[in-house]
Amino acid sequence: MDRSAVDTVIRTLIEPFNKKQVSIEDSTTFAGDLEFDSLTVMDFVAAIEDEFDIIISMNQQAEIETYGNLVDAVHTLQGK
Amino acid sequence: MTDTTNQAPDLFDKFDGIIHTRTELLAGGVEDPFNLVMERVISPTRAICNGRETILLGTYNYMGMTFDPDVIEAGKQALENFGSGTTGSRVLNGTYRGHRDCEDALREFYGMDHAMVFSTGYQANLGIISTIAGKGDYIVLDIDSHASIWDGCALGNAEVVPFKHNDIEAMDKRLGRIPAGAGKLVVLEGVYSMLGDIAPLKEMIAVAKKHGAMVLVDEAHSMGFIGEHGRGVAEAQGVLDDVDFVIGTFSKSVGTVGGFCVSNHPKFEIMRLVCRPYVFTASLPPSVVATAATSIRKLMQGGAKRAHLWENSQRLHGGLTKLGFTLGTTEPQSAIVAVIMPDLERGAAMWEALLKEGLYVNLARPPATPANMTLLRCSLCAEHSTEEVETILGMFERAGKAVSII
Repeated sequence: MDRSAVDTVIRTLIEPFNKKQVSIEDSTTFAGDLEFDSLTVMDFVAAIEDEFDIIISMNQQAEIETYGNLVDAVHTLQGK
Repeated sequence: MTDTTNQAPDLFDKFDGIIHTRTELLAGGVEDPFNLVMERVISPTRAICNGRETILLGTYNYMGMTFDPDVIEAGKQALENFGSGTTGSRVLNGTYRGHRDCEDALREFYGMDHAMVFSTGYQANLGIISTIAGKGDYIVLDIDSHASIWDGCALGNAEVVPFKHNDIEAMDKRLGRIPAGAGKLVVLEGVYSMLGDIAPLKEMIAVAKKHGAMVLVDEAHSMGFIGEHGRGVAEAQGVLDDVDFVIGTFSKSVGTVGGFCVSNHPKFEIMRLVCRPYVFTASLPPSVVATAATSIRKLMQGGAKRAHLWENSQRLHGGLTKLGFTLGTTEPQSAIVAVIMPDLERGAAMWEALLKEGLYVNLARPPATPANMTLLRCSLCAEHSTEEVETILGMFERAGKAVSII
């Protein structure tokens, strides 16, 4: 799957978690703009992990601040 | 102070949110739930708190061993014969006869080959988890794990992968995605202390073993009470033999302070040299290990007390349900009964109303709680009489009505 296809899938997955209908750019932050708390993060990460059959460990999550970071990380991880 | 260009921020600014919440709560006039002083302790179930005689229902003193005459006597003897403290690490001058005896007592209690005593339960999780799971290894753990487990993960260098609470399928999937050749440690708890619910260890451990993972189970809240010999939830579910490491504490059923790990792993003893939270701290005082060893051996014969504690848990759980309170579990699963509060304000008001009735429970709030709940956590003691549990239910009824929760 190329980066834009990964982006499309994640955009669909994030919808139920984007309660405030924030418009999503690569620079959108999870903690600041989307106001995800730890429980939301867990459910959202689980949805992505299940869709792509990957693990995004807490260590990797710590490096992911923006939507763009996430798409990049998933794009890299699913190729492995 | 005029030139601010070179001024770094106050490092305490990050706590402004919690300072604000706390100030607001106390401005409402409630007694500070996190600043209670016990002026005198009368028994495992009674104390003078903030000037009032109070029934203690939030101590984790499940088996009421803190005032056991044999336990007290053992502590006095050790204090007199070995002094007030060891002033040293277990690997230097801090291993006395009593420390070895305490580890013998643990081996007898669990029927396991190795036992290692730490200065606290927190340090046992911190030390074992951070040491055995290293760089390139994976720790798969329940999202509702205790802070000491999370801190053990944070101290080490392994990849940390949480799964939804007690979700066997979520755990299975994550274990299945770990790259081939990586070491795997699954971390579970017997009883989760916030809601008092237990883990389906039998199914979870079978899944962990299918993936070749080692299993660590924290039995802090089940030791002494759950299972035929009080060895915990893994014993009760018949899977203790499949647990690689049991973590426990002396600060609940055992009735003092300290932590431990027991294991049958043939290389376990090397932990004493490589586990930094074990090496770089002073060992427990001689009186503490003497009281712990005596208490642990008495807990092996605690069948009658265990039965009464179950009765207490069932009576309190049933009574609170009947009164209309919302509880953390639909049936009693442990000696913890968690009453779910609608919000922090009413939770704090209810906590204070109970304290004025003469009852102490734990107020638990985010971030320590799952799903941002505010809880009044009740932990029962085998020394609570049946009549006392009825008195407690009356207190809950009056306080609950006064605060309009029921």
